[in-house]
Amino acid sequence: MKPPLFEYIRAETIEQAVGARATHEYSAVLAGGQSLLPTLNFRLARPEAVIDIGRIAALQGTAVQGQEIIVRAMARQRAVERDDAIFAANPLIRETLGHVAHAIVRNRGTIVGSISHADAAAELPALLLATGGAVIARGPKGERRIEADAFFQFHMTTTLKPDEIAIEVRIPTLPARTGWAFMEFTRRHGDYALAGVCALLTLGADGRISAARLAGCGIASRPVRLGAAEGALIGQAPGVTSFAAAGRAAREAVTAADDRQASKAFRRHLLDQLVVRALNLAAERATGAPS
Amino acid sequence: MSRRIAPALPERSTDPRRSISLTVNGETVTREISTRLLLSDFLRHELRLTGTHVGCEHGVCGCCTVMIDGVAGRSCLTLAVQADGASIRTIEGLAADDGTLHPVQQAFRECHALQCGFCTPGFVMAITSHFEESKSVDLSEEGIREMLSGNLCRCTGYQNIVAAVRRAAELMGRS
Repeated sequence: MKPPLFEYIRAETIEQAVGARATHEYSAVLAGGQSLLPTLNFRLARPEAVIDIGRIAALQGTAVQGQEIIVRAMARQRAVERDDAIFAANPLIRETLGHVAHAIVRNRGTIVGSISHADAAAELPALLLATGGAVIARGPKGERRIEADAFFQFHMTTTLKPDEIAIEVRIPTLPARTGWAFMEFTRRHGDYALAGVCALLTLGADGRISAARLAGCGIASRPVRLGAAEGALIGQAPGVTSFAAAGRAAREAVTAADDRQASKAFRRHLLDQLVVRALNLAAERATGAPS
Repeated sequence: MSRRIAPALPERSTDPRRSISLTVNGETVTREISTRLLLSDFLRHELRLTGTHVGCEHGVCGCCTVMIDGVAGRSCLTLAVQADGASIRTIEGLAADDGTLHPVQQAFRECHALQCGFCTPGFVMAITSHFEESKSVDLSEEGIREMLSGNLCRCTGYQNIVAAVRRAAELMGRS
């Protein structure tokens, strides 16, 4: 229950951090440490080097730029949750963060760290998928943008290369006439979700659903877009019938096997109902949303 | 307070080491430590401030909660080297030098908010930081339960801890 031996590298600049990534075959990036430290304490990970990016000035804070919210690698979850400018730009972020662990963990945990850690049951990867965000990675060859749909591969596995560092995530601002909702079912407050849903619902001028983006967590080996549910919504009138159809369509997305917490059948039921409830709330909010 | 921090002992480990300087309960401390040492173990083993308890060592139980630069955090999920330059407050730093209890401690005593006491330092630090960092604290049943949700107590039914939060608010003129 103590971390294994590793070389500790405190990077002062992004270049130093990327350099250290390139010269170590198996390194881990330390930001807030709320995912990395437990894996070190359990010795689930034994990196040869731990690169501490906590003091890099260029990685602090957030910015709203045009249609995108820039969340830099050291922006703490709690700070983002409390940021009114970010709430105004996309209120789904605050709603989702409220379900991430506990306030004291969010005090130190980072958004980019949680997304890079990519736990299949975690809330923030689903947020990135649902909003259609992206990860900005910096490596020895420069910077590249990885869209959310191309980022998550498997439980705790992403398309980030071993010599890259996720320096930012970009989350689009909330589109016009769009409602939002995050809902999950957990055994205890603050636990990982047995199933969770992140939903964005856009209503057209005719009152019908013009766009829908849904993502689920806790239901598969990675966070997943609920494409079938989205398909069942487009062009339909929001309401009991279309939402029920979307819930039913979402069931197939559950591929997680039975475990001691929940059976696959129960997870499918949970996801179905969470989709319906999240859509109800999102539709209500879309009606009041600025056009 | 200075008497409670233990002097440095000769080190036998061959771990890579690094010198860190930080403020603990108002006192500046400089130590050369193993870079894999957890902040919780640094406080307990190096400084002998054993009021910070270690329960689960993976961030679930909340016993090791301390304040890092004024904000509550899990000391078991923080490397001591990450706290280099930081200001740390532990349970030992709450009561006044003359022994007068902090209002949260006083409230725990009055409301019998502990039985075995193992989880108490973590609860007290978490609650204190909530009061200090928030302009207004939600003192509804649900608000208090949410405030306490990151800390586990295995003896009580939490009833008295909830009562202690309300009493602490009264004592601090925050209710």
